[in-house]
Amino acid sequence: MASRKTPLVATSWFPLTVGALTFVAIGVIFEILLRTDVLNRYIIPLPSEVLLAFERIVVEEGVLTRTGVSAFEVLTAGLACVIVGVPLGVLLYRFDIVRRALEDWIAALAAAPIVLAFPLFLVLFGRGSTTVIVIAFAYGLAPVVLKTLEGLIETRRVLINVGKSLNMSQTQMFWKILFPSAIPSIFTGIRLSWTFCVIAVIGVEFLVNLGGLGQLINDLAERYDMPGTYAGIGFVILVSVIFFIILEWIEKWLQPAR
Amino acid sequence: MTSVETKSRAAGKPETGQPVLIIDDVVKTFGDAEEAVTAVDHVSFNVKQGEFVAVIGPSGCGKSTLFNIIGGLLGEYDGNVMIDDERISGPHPAVGMVFQEESTFPWRSVIDNVAFPLELRGVAKSERYDRARHFIGLVGLDGFEKRFPSQLSGGMKQRVSIARTLVSNPRILLMDEPFAALDEQTRLLLGDKITQIQQELKQTTLLITHNLTEAVQLSDRIVVMTYRPGKVKRIADINLQRPRTSDVVGSDAFGHYVAEIWNDLREEASRGMQETEQVARADRRHG
Repeated sequence: MASRKTPLVATSWFPLTVGALTFVAIGVIFEILLRTDVLNRYIIPLPSEVLLAFERIVVEEGVLTRTGVSAFEVLTAGLACVIVGVPLGVLLYRFDIVRRALEDWIAALAAAPIVLAFPLFLVLFGRGSTTVIVIAFAYGLAPVVLKTLEGLIETRRVLINVGKSLNMSQTQMFWKILFPSAIPSIFTGIRLSWTFCVIAVIGVEFLVNLGGLGQLINDLAERYDMPGTYAGIGFVILVSVIFFIILEWIEKWLQPAR
Repeated sequence: MTSVETKSRAAGKPETGQPVLIIDDVVKTFGDAEEAVTAVDHVSFNVKQGEFVAVIGPSGCGKSTLFNIIGGLLGEYDGNVMIDDERISGPHPAVGMVFQEESTFPWRSVIDNVAFPLELRGVAKSERYDRARHFIGLVGLDGFEKRFPSQLSGGMKQRVSIARTLVSNPRILLMDEPFAALDEQTRLLLGDKITQIQQELKQTTLLITHNLTEAVQLSDRIVVMTYRPGKVKRIADINLQRPRTSDVVGSDAFGHYVAEIWNDLREEASRGMQETEQVARADRRHG
């Protein structure tokens, strides 16, 4: 019997190829529009020049060192969000009065444009990595707290009843049922939080002209090096994509059941 | 079953025929004074060692309330639920509960789900895995030990829950409509599995159900409840041969029992339906 062929669209490499080809097609379209002067070359550089600029920013602009600086800031802020956010979410779940006092404020924190207060942070923490980390922490904290709380609240009643029927203590109930049940929601919070941390770190570095990749983009823009600026932005996107792929792998590894 | 388990079960249990669970004049009312609703009204019956008893009644007859009282999840009630001369006022180690809703832990593999109660008691890993494997085999899930609940069907998940309850060696297995969410064929086959386990372990079992054929297929006695407030309308003996399988469903005697109990249930079910419709009409009138 002849083996059935997997349809092309069902293969694992098909979506990746379509994505890559779409990206290339957009690049080619922009190249044509710019070369035929439909778009202004002084605002948008040629994609071919942007590609060539990648090598320049790696060799001349120390992009790898800058990536290290930004990565350190993101990871420090992100870890701080987890270390502070998860226990705070548990506290909000455990004590109703704390929840009623703080939940709305924390939700408001998630929506507040904290970056606008950067001068205050500069005064408090000086012009260095600490300021960037503290602002990123303030940005990334709320999702971890709120998603931890949500995960604990939404633990299925029947699982709690299983715990009660087995005469579990409160500590056992928390560590064996409530917390594991909340882990997927906590991970969603961490993923959101770290996204916010990346945005905040690059944004503040750009705004204050300080440190890592954000400062590099600022420098290149101020030099009016448009291919370099776009290559810098492209590099940040590339690093972010790799960062979140790694995060997804870790999540899958830690939760084999899902 | 291993000889160790057989001995431990036999040693911990009274002789067959002795009442192990006594429900004596139990009343449970919800709400305050004028708006009080009596869910369970002076209910009395007992379950003997090794016996399979089903409680059947229409929706709203207080079956689940009774399940929660016996399981110790509803602390306060009037009357007595007694196990070993001890009044139930919280979860009792002699009672193992299987819930209507799917209740496996999605983050644990099948074997870790089943071994969970032993883990809580601090049983060594190798021993708890051995015992868990035995009960996984008993519910017919050999080979699925390392799977996670998300990789199992609804019926398989319920079997994991049953194995997890049995691993604690409970003297009374208390089940609340465990097959309610399953299709009829799976329900009949799982009924076979439950009958087989019950016969093999001489497991005292109290099943809460609204399914007539399931109750007759599995039980030695059936407690028929009235619609709200839930009272015992009748206790019927089911004298179908044991060992029993789902083949019994085709027998004349089975049909006779189903018809007889349906006669008792029909009036209650109709009353329940009428009251529900009246409430729905009143709700519609009041907007």
